[in-house]
Amino acid sequence: MSVVEVTSVKKSFGSLEVLKDVSFSVDRGQVVVLIGRSGSGKSTMLRCLNGLEQIDAGDILIDGFRVSERGANLRQLRQDVGIVFQHYNLFPHLTVERNITLALTVVKKMPQKEARAIAERVLAQVGLAEKIDAYPEQLSGGQQQRVAIARCLAASPKVMLFDEVTSALDPELKEEVLQVVEDLARNGMTMVLVTHEMGFARHVADRVIFMHQGRIHESGPPKELFEAPKTPEMRQFIAATRA
Amino acid sequence: MRDFGLVDVGLLLQAARWTVLLSLLAFVGGGILGAIITLMRISRFALLRTIAGGYILLLQGTPLLMQIFLAYFGLGLLGVDLPPVMAAGLAFTTYAGAFFAEIWRGTIESIPKPQWEGAASLGLNRFEQLYYVIIPQAARIALAPTVGFLVQIVKNTSLAALIGFTDLARASQLINNVTFQPFHVFGVAAAIYFALCYPISLLARSFERRLHVGR
Repeated sequence: MSVVEVTSVKKSFGSLEVLKDVSFSVDRGQVVVLIGRSGSGKSTMLRCLNGLEQIDAGDILIDGFRVSERGANLRQLRQDVGIVFQHYNLFPHLTVERNITLALTVVKKMPQKEARAIAERVLAQVGLAEKIDAYPEQLSGGQQQRVAIARCLAASPKVMLFDEVTSALDPELKEEVLQVVEDLARNGMTMVLVTHEMGFARHVADRVIFMHQGRIHESGPPKELFEAPKTPEMRQFIAATRA
Repeated sequence: MRDFGLVDVGLLLQAARWTVLLSLLAFVGGGILGAIITLMRISRFALLRTIAGGYILLLQGTPLLMQIFLAYFGLGLLGVDLPPVMAAGLAFTTYAGAFFAEIWRGTIESIPKPQWEGAASLGLNRFEQLYYVIIPQAARIALAPTVGFLVQIVKNTSLAALIGFTDLARASQLINNVTFQPFHVFGVAAAIYFALCYPISLLARSFERRLHVGR
C-alpha cells in the first residue's frame, strides 16, 4: 500500500512551469530517490509533499490524507511528513534539546520531561546523545544535520523527505550523515530523497526517478537506470555526474 | 527680574518629572502600538499590510511637531479637548509606534526565511513560528536600535512644550523669562536631558556589544 500517492501534479512559479504533470507513488518502507539537474523540479516536488509549496493542479495523498485539499490540516500533515533541509534550519537560539522538543511541547502539548526522553532517544539514534545541551553553533555541519534528522524523527513521521541534505557539507562530513540516512532506510523508514550523491542514490534507493524539465523522464530500480539508461538525457546526466 | 539660583534648578528638576512621564507614556504606548503595527505589517493579509505601511509612511513623513499640534489644536477644533499631557501622550504614542514598527519589521525580516520554514515544517502555526522561533532571534537584533530610539523620544518630548505642556523645556523657557540668563537656564536644562539620555545610550551600546560577542 502506498504511503505517498502523487497524481498529475502541476506547479508554476509565476509564468515558469516547474512541475508538468508528475505522478508517482511510494510504498511503505520504500526509498525513492529523485535525481536530475538543477531546476528540473525535484526539490519543488519534494516540498509539495508536506505543503511547503502549494500545487496548482493534481492530487497528493499522504497515508490517505489529501495534501492539496483546501483548509487541509497542515498540523497533522507535518507530523506525518518530516523534512530535512539542505541547510539544516536548526534554531540557533535554542539548545539541541529544545530544537527537538519544541514541536512536541507546542504542537503535541507533551510535558517537557516526556519530550526530553524522546529527544534523548532520537539523539541516540543519530549518535549524538552527548550533545543534548549544546547549541547548534557548537556543532559541526554534519552534527547539525544529524540533529535536524533527529528533530524530524521525534515526531514519528510516516514519511521522511530529504532535500539535498549533504550538499552544504564538506566531503569528510557527508559520510556520517549518509550513514544515518542509510540506517533509517534499513530500519524500514519510508523516504523520498533529493540528492546529488549518485553513489549513495544507487546504493540506498529502491527506485530512482530522473526528473527533467518538470517531468518524470525515466524511473526504475537504480541498477537498471544507472546501467542501462533508456533516454539520451539520462545518459547525459549520468555522464555529467561522473565527470 | 531675579537671578538664576538653586530654586530654579529645583524647578527644572520638578519639570523634568513631566519629561520622564511623557517619555514613559511614549515608550509603553508606542511599544504596544508598534507591536500591533508590526504584526499588521508582516501579516499575510494584503489589506492589513497596506494599512500598516500607510500609517508608517504618514507618521514618518510628517514633522512630530505637526502631529503634536494636530493632537492638541486639531482635536480641540473637533470638540475633543484633551489636556496638554494627554494630547502629547497621544501624539508621542502614534509617533513612537510608527518608528518602533519600522525597526521591528526590519529585524523580523532579517531573520532568514528557512527559519520560518523549519518551524512550519514541524507543524507550528504562523503565530507559534513567530513566537518561538522568529521573535526571540529578532529581539536580540532589535534591542540596540530600539533602546537607541528611546533616546530620540526623550529629547523630542521637548517639542511638547509648544502646546503648553510644562516639561523641562517649557519650564526652562519660563524661568528664562524671569531671570534672563539663558546660558545658565538652558545649560542646566540641557544637562538634565543629558543625564536622562546618557544612561539609555550606554545601555544601547552595551546591548550592541553583547550582540556581537557570542549569543
